[in-house]
Amino acid sequence: MYQYNEIDQTLVNERVAQFRRQTEKYLQGELTDDQFRALRLRNGLYIQTHAPMLRVAIPYGLLSSAQVRKFAHIARTYDKNYCHFTTRQNVQYNWPKLEQVPDILAELATVQMHAIQTSGNCMRNTTSDHLAGVAVDELEDPRPYCEIIRQWTTLHPEFDYLPRKFKIAFSGSLSDRAATQFHDIGVHLVKNDAGETGFRILVGGGLGRTPIIGQVIRPFLERQHLLSYLEAILRIYNLFGRRDNKYKARIKILVKETGLDTFSEMVEAEWQQIKDGMELSDARIEAIKGHFTLPDYDQTAAADETFNQAIQENPAFATWYKHNTVSHKVPGYRAVFLSLKAPEVPPGDMTDAQLDAVADLADRYSFGELRTTHRQNLVFSDVKQADLLALWQHLQTLNLATPNIGTATDIICCPGLDFCSLANAGSIGITKEINDVLDDMDYLHDIGDVKINISGCMNGCAHQSVGHIGILGVDKKGTEWYQLTLGGSSENEAAIGERLGPAVAKTEVTQAVTTILSVYVQQRLEDETFLDMVKRVGIDPFKEQVYATH
Amino acid sequence: MQLIKDKQIVDDNWQDLADDAELAAGDISVSLSRWQTEKAQLLAHEGQLGIRISPADSVADFAADLDKIALVELDFPDFADGRLFSHAWLLRSRYGFQGEIRATGHYMPDQVFYLARVGVNAFKPATAEQLPVQLGYLQDFTVTYQDSVN
Repeated sequence: MYQYNEIDQTLVNERVAQFRRQTEKYLQGELTDDQFRALRLRNGLYIQTHAPMLRVAIPYGLLSSAQVRKFAHIARTYDKNYCHFTTRQNVQYNWPKLEQVPDILAELATVQMHAIQTSGNCMRNTTSDHLAGVAVDELEDPRPYCEIIRQWTTLHPEFDYLPRKFKIAFSGSLSDRAATQFHDIGVHLVKNDAGETGFRILVGGGLGRTPIIGQVIRPFLERQHLLSYLEAILRIYNLFGRRDNKYKARIKILVKETGLDTFSEMVEAEWQQIKDGMELSDARIEAIKGHFTLPDYDQTAAADETFNQAIQENPAFATWYKHNTVSHKVPGYRAVFLSLKAPEVPPGDMTDAQLDAVADLADRYSFGELRTTHRQNLVFSDVKQADLLALWQHLQTLNLATPNIGTATDIICCPGLDFCSLANAGSIGITKEINDVLDDMDYLHDIGDVKINISGCMNGCAHQSVGHIGILGVDKKGTEWYQLTLGGSSENEAAIGERLGPAVAKTEVTQAVTTILSVYVQQRLEDETFLDMVKRVGIDPFKEQVYATH
Repeated sequence: MQLIKDKQIVDDNWQDLADDAELAAGDISVSLSRWQTEKAQLLAHEGQLGIRISPADSVADFAADLDKIALVELDFPDFADGRLFSHAWLLRSRYGFQGEIRATGHYMPDQVFYLARVGVNAFKPATAEQLPVQLGYLQDFTVTYQDSVN
């Protein structure tokens, strides 16, 4: 993975010093609340319902074991012994003390990490495919380009006070596992007829209050122009994005109101003036690629026979293998998901003890690296099949082996009313209820690929509008109600879910979900997934049953 | 009153002229709209000329006049409006403006490092006490990732 050089380390250290000064000035009354708010947000620090919340950047979701141990140490020393992995591959602490945040950032800097631009109206952490480098359908590893974007976005002097936040996602595979169509900019690595690498650029996608699917602004951008084209888009957005209404300030609204054709012309005109001065050299790209070399794979890994025997003898292991591992470019290796969706645990949360143990396991079984996913799980990307049984046994003792990846209990869930000052309704409680009723693993596996996303307010942090089943908490005269949508997807066949009908009361949400799943089980065609059936029959059959008793 | 210019604390010899104020002797800066309506009279004035712009103004609207002026003032109504950062970058990089670009109004002291990197070379703080403070903040970082125009 990328290793900091002296420039990277100096920059992060100087940022810590700057934020320490800003925090001191604020506590001494020399910065106003408004001023400090802007500064602390750009260092990942929110003020939430109970306490500050600190969001730490995990560039394109890639972590070393040393970084995970540091997360554990921070959870133990500065927080309540846990942390929370987010839908944009980052990690959050819910209970830091304001005056200790500079110390936390200094701790992070010792392991080449930071919280720069993880909130605020600026360019955020670039996210990517959690299977980058190992996916069988990958055209080229996207991480070197993500790192180039990371450096360009970090402390960019011109674009730190944008109309609104700005998020970039990058995919190097045929299957989109990074929700690129719902980002301000989505980048798809593509090859032209000559086999040269370039990028398809999407713009104006987004979730939140106004979910919009991004549109292709450039089908093939030569790779040397990556940064100049991003800069052209950002300059047009910075100059012309709306600043009169925060709910209309994202680039998706500018693109929609301007029209894609006109917007494209504006970007093109800007780009033509800067492209020749900002070319990425092959040497620079190759130098960054040098940080993402392949690990030392065991070429005989596929020859192992113990694995097949274990699968035959141990049905529970076989079930976990089927649901929580995926194939790998190298024969004899698998990518393994660590489920952070055990029943009874808020989705995405991990304790300090789990973090330390996972760091040790990563060292032992996956070359000391791991990844975070946008569905709030972790991935060991390079596990030998001969090691899977032992790894599974370790993960079971850590409560990280629930075989539910991609199933209806692999729920994306925001902190909701329990933690977040923006929320209108609880979300963690609903997740727990759904887990309780879907405790029959055979039934869960029979239902198969169903993605349930639950947000406690229309800001949509849990991406409910692209859930196969989306659940959105709303406030009705002081009580919690929930709006359901069906048929959303953030993958290749991107779609925004359709509203099922009137919101349902909190006590009826879980019943509504189980009814939807029953309708699916009763009316599906052979091998038809939930999403395919919703596409085929529409929402009416579900609607009839869910509202039958009303 | 003093300001920071080219990393030095120096006297400010410019007068900010309101739109309804009489033309005064010496170096004066006026709003972009006054510049556009009174250009002929202003050019006849003895002394240097400056244009004061707000975030919603367009640099392209006065780019042709840059050889006639010595100062562009970026007048921040609010530190969160980042358009002036792009205006400064455009003035230096696209239009090659060599004169003074000055930040005034409600910019934040903590923004001076970024402002300098997009081409602002003068800062007019709200108070004299801020002068050494902002001069110091210009040194917040010794390394950067992007090319800059300062």
